[in-house]
Amino acid sequence: MQVNEKEQAAEIVRRSGTDISKCMQCGKCTAACPAGYKMDIQPHRVVWELINEHVDVLQKAVTPWKCLSCFACAERCPRGVSPAALIESVRLSIIRQQGENCITVEEIPAYIDEKMPQQAIVAAFRKYNK
Amino acid sequence: MQKIGVFVCWCGSNIAATVDVAKVIESVKAIPDVAFASDYRYMCSEGGQDLMQNAIREHGLTRVVVCACSPRMHEATFRKAAEAAGLNPFLLEIANIREQCSWVHKDKEVGTEKAIALAKAAIAKVRFNSPLQAGQSEVVKRALVIGGGIAGIQTALDIAEAGYKVDLVEKKPSIGGRMSQLDKTFPTLDCSACILTPKMVDVAAHPNVTIYTYSEIEKVSGYVGQFEVDIRKRARSVKADLCTGCGVCQDKCPSKKTPNEFNQGLDNRSAIYITFAQAVPKVPVIDREHCLKFQTGKCGICEKVCPSKAIDYTQEDEIITQKYGAIVLATGFETIDLTKFGEYQYGKSKDVITSLEFERLTNAAGPTEGHLQRMSDGKQPKHIVFVSCVGSRDVSGRGKEYCSKICCMYTAKQAMLTREKYPDTDVTVFYIDVRTPGKGFDEFYRRAVEEYNVHYIKGQVGKILEQGDHLLVYASDALSNSHISLEADMVVLATAIQPSQDAKKLATMLTASIDNNNFFTEAHAKLRPVESPTAGVFLSGVCQGPKDVPETVSQAGAAAVKVLGILSKDTLATNPCVASCNERICSGCLACENVCPYGAIGGEEKTVINLNGKREQRVVSVVNEALCQGCGACTVACPCGAMDLNGFSNKQITAEVDAIC
Repeated sequence: MQVNEKEQAAEIVRRSGTDISKCMQCGKCTAACPAGYKMDIQPHRVVWELINEHVDVLQKAVTPWKCLSCFACAERCPRGVSPAALIESVRLSIIRQQGENCITVEEIPAYIDEKMPQQAIVAAFRKYNK
Repeated sequence: MQKIGVFVCWCGSNIAATVDVAKVIESVKAIPDVAFASDYRYMCSEGGQDLMQNAIREHGLTRVVVCACSPRMHEATFRKAAEAAGLNPFLLEIANIREQCSWVHKDKEVGTEKAIALAKAAIAKVRFNSPLQAGQSEVVKRALVIGGGIAGIQTALDIAEAGYKVDLVEKKPSIGGRMSQLDKTFPTLDCSACILTPKMVDVAAHPNVTIYTYSEIEKVSGYVGQFEVDIRKRARSVKADLCTGCGVCQDKCPSKKTPNEFNQGLDNRSAIYITFAQAVPKVPVIDREHCLKFQTGKCGICEKVCPSKAIDYTQEDEIITQKYGAIVLATGFETIDLTKFGEYQYGKSKDVITSLEFERLTNAAGPTEGHLQRMSDGKQPKHIVFVSCVGSRDVSGRGKEYCSKICCMYTAKQAMLTREKYPDTDVTVFYIDVRTPGKGFDEFYRRAVEEYNVHYIKGQVGKILEQGDHLLVYASDALSNSHISLEADMVVLATAIQPSQDAKKLATMLTASIDNNNFFTEAHAKLRPVESPTAGVFLSGVCQGPKDVPETVSQAGAAAVKVLGILSKDTLATNPCVASCNERICSGCLACENVCPYGAIGGEEKTVINLNGKREQRVVSVVNEALCQGCGACTVACPCGAMDLNGFSNKQITAEVDAIC
């Protein structure tokens, strides 16, 4: 299904569970980020782009693949915003748009064996299921 | 049978847009006893009041209901109008169809239905209203000001100048407060001590002012016009009347390892000490916790060297009990604890300091005699980083959600003064927003940028690391979307401010309310900003909310005027809505006495006629009407329904509930 950028941005934000309206663009997240020097779009700018409903630029950036998910940004944010959760959500939007790696509830039993941790299945289901 | 008049206000479109006023009139007209009903565009206007007064006279109304805004807004207005038309003011009731109805509803049908229900309830209640008479209570012509900073000093001076007695109570050994710790004041850069110390001397020398330093409020009872307060005057261990303030004692004191509170702990002081050179009173105190004489019994050097024989190790705390007509709270502020902000290395690196510490560091009377130098190695810093909003506007739980208001300006001041005195020192300021509303404020900040070349970067500091003898600052430049790191010799944190720790304790003692952040709340955010909701208690300075010196002084004057409004009267009208006891059915269990927060109820042995018509001698509850505040706790606690509240009787409340249900 083709969705427009506005709806996509809203979906990314919703899925992240973070309230971007609280952001004051202070840059504390960027200042705290250990991987910031490798990013083309700094963490505070990720929030900014989502506020402005620019999804394309984020999906094409290297930032989503440089984020370590260390959550230092969320830890330091004075406003309770989590750029890490937003980046994770952007990553998901890329994976899902490619239409790959999707699993359905029916497919899950096939993946279950004794060695597979249950948590991994739940995580995979959440990540790859549309 | 009563003749009730009902008046429904439109409040312009405030009510009329969400409540069908005509429909309300129609519904209430059908209620028995309603002799007259009318609507008006603005009931509180002269025309509206005339309408009500004419109706009272022409229709001989015995009760009135006004359906309008909150009674907190205009109850007094309408009761006064009713009184002028010959009706006892307590025979008028307000139905709040604005704040509790039209403002909270969007749907007109729902709003109208609720307005009718509220009107019906008020009509049901007003039937049982009885005419009440306000009593009189005397006013003690003396004021108490709690807190001896610039707010308290100014309030005390203004009251004293008007000719009334004032007691000024300060917890620390000297008055002066936070302002005495500051170096310069924005935006004119006058020396803080130069403008404060004359006021300190004035207040101390004023014949109408009594200062109690090193003292705290122990207990408060009573009510507006008649507060009774216990003040604990802590033992100084020095006789103030003999001491000349020569300072030999503190020079010779061998115990010199106590962090100096006045210098924010940047250096140490002796156990016997005078807070600062211009202290008022200039009488030292012995800090018994750190005094060798008190801790080990050996020493007594100060006693030996004192030329005036003023040292007295046997002094004890003294309790002073005094009556006051009004009380002003001016308890000020402190900076927040930074232990949750580990990223700044505060407390770990000596070169990361708070702005208040920076003030002491640049003050001529400070630990370095005003020479800007690092606390670690005494070297002059070549690059200083200032960080704003440290703990302010923080909803994460580490800091405070509000803006501390003063930081933008003092940071600009500190940055500018550094560049002025040490032109070879580089200064960088990290900010989220620069907030400079105030006379001459933005011009001041722009001067720092344009004339003094202070580098302002929109961004925050994420981490500071100690590297060799300097600090590595990781930060962001939000406008250029970059992640930066720079070397600094000193970092100054513009730390959030919070109300003094004593605010909460005092609020409980005075039944004055505080908000989530422990700031005292004002009676009305716009129209009564210096009054607390408790009658006779007023607010001055930062204890009510963050503010700078000029704002504090303005508020201090305003609080003084409010105090004078009380002290200039000989008597005050008391609220007649107080509790009363039906002695015939009172069992004398005194459950009411236990719940009364004002100590207004006591048991008394009386001869009463019981329900069987027989005389008997027994204990019954007696209400002191002067102390009762009409909270109604006793009416709930009373197991036999003997306690009732005038103006809010059980019968009235039940009738209201019945009318709605």
